[in-house]
Amino acid sequence: MSGTQTTYNDKVVRQFAVMTVIWGIVGMLVGVIIAAQLVWPELNIGPWLHFGRLRPLHTNAVIFAFGGSALFATSYWCVQRTCHTRLWGGLLIPFTFWGWQIIILLAAVTLPLGITTGKEYAELEWPIDILITLVWVSYGLVFFGTIAKRTVSHIYVANWFFGAMIVAVALLHLVNSCEIPVGFLRSYSCYAGVQDAMIQWWYGHNAVGFFLTAGFLGMMYYFVPKQAGRPVYSYRLSVVHFWALIFTYMWAGPHHLHYTALPDWTQSVGMLFSLILLAPSWGGMINGIMTLSGAWHKLRDDPILKFLITSLSFYGMSTFEGPMMSIKTVNALSHYTDWTVGHVHSGALGWVAMVSIGSMYYLLPRVFGKTEMFSTKLVTVHFWIATIGTVLYIASMWIAGVMQGLMWRAVNADGTLAYSFVESVKGSYPFWAIRWLGGVLFLTGMLIMAYNMFKTMAGGNTKDAPVVAPVAHHA
Amino acid sequence: MESIYLLIPISVILVFGIAFAFWWSVRSGQFDDLEGPGFRVLFDDEPPEKATKASSEINLDKL
Repeated sequence: MSGTQTTYNDKVVRQFAVMTVIWGIVGMLVGVIIAAQLVWPELNIGPWLHFGRLRPLHTNAVIFAFGGSALFATSYWCVQRTCHTRLWGGLLIPFTFWGWQIIILLAAVTLPLGITTGKEYAELEWPIDILITLVWVSYGLVFFGTIAKRTVSHIYVANWFFGAMIVAVALLHLVNSCEIPVGFLRSYSCYAGVQDAMIQWWYGHNAVGFFLTAGFLGMMYYFVPKQAGRPVYSYRLSVVHFWALIFTYMWAGPHHLHYTALPDWTQSVGMLFSLILLAPSWGGMINGIMTLSGAWHKLRDDPILKFLITSLSFYGMSTFEGPMMSIKTVNALSHYTDWTVGHVHSGALGWVAMVSIGSMYYLLPRVFGKTEMFSTKLVTVHFWIATIGTVLYIASMWIAGVMQGLMWRAVNADGTLAYSFVESVKGSYPFWAIRWLGGVLFLTGMLIMAYNMFKTMAGGNTKDAPVVAPVAHHA
Repeated sequence: MESIYLLIPISVILVFGIAFAFWWSVRSGQFDDLEGPGFRVLFDDEPPEKATKASSEINLDKL
């Protein structure tokens, strides 16, 4: 390889990295708006900007636009570097970028118009579903095509996680989005009743498991060692982590349907698999954090490492909380309350967003020909604002959630309900205000990041870096 | 529970797929060295000469 002047394809990485920040701001702004609507109901303006229509826009924007762009950027960067080869795929590569952006724009138009399938995290109607399939298959071809032409024999563990994410999401999307069109923008699910619910949560939980966990673990296994300048604590454990996670994840979905029409045994199987998941999750979390073992001082003045290591702490917290909440007796209290919302955001803000933000701070200067961000100080400010925002968010939701659960189940001596529903709404009011404040802080952090990003971009050079020949196996 | 008739076969096929991927990766020597890859990823953006020097420094650091 040495001597030839092939370069890495950093253009697509740059495009996705910039859009990660932009979509992060958009998605979190919508989140702040809907949080405000719960505190000040008069903000529900017209049918188009009503909570019910903006909420799926928020989830789609943060998961697929922000999280998705982060996954594309980091996986394209990581697979090229660790395979020591340029991205394979020709025109498929720009197609994954532009196609993904068009899907996001279509979501931003159709969801406020009320065009939805009504399936959580899979709300987009059938023509958009087809476009998602095309883009995703192209993504798979580009990613695995690049793996296939690698110039080293070993496939780095991060690529296994990214690869599993791509395969699993393709499967989940195809099965769950099976629908019968009854018009250009209307369709009905292939499944009905509790069958539909089961398929939906098989999809829903595995979307969390593979899109929001496996993919971001790939990010973690590449960017934590790179930023720390140390190899991952145990490479052996990372391989065990990978196989344990993908062999056990698929069956956790039924815990979303405890105490419903779903057969009891299916619920129990879902609960059991959810509990099993604690082991690989914590194995990975400890492996990531212990990478800093013996070099903890690096955390003191490197805000990017602060983001990455804090994200792992939140990952550990939410993967402990998740299995606990899947236990049926705990779920009887937590289900349908804001505790679930708090749990999701402990994973979404604390883990997914923070690991993405840390990785973007690593990537952004490099794809613009710089060595570091415009201002490291602003990265530190961003870190603290984001952390305080996350803690406010999840702590307020814990309190509100447990309170709601206790109020709903409280009965008088004669067996009648002690509280009406609206009393629990009234009680939640201050915590919803705190949650809104937490969201505002997190969004402010993203705005600081955007300022820092544009300052870093100014005067940067966008020349592709030459492909580096692999290090020889010395010793 | 018709949905189970779909999900169980899918999962079984998937497990076989994963098992095959695992079998392939063991056979093709992916796991022959479970230390080196962790180190090599640190030098994937440096030219080999510089990286070899840097890696010997890291090794000393570990002692």
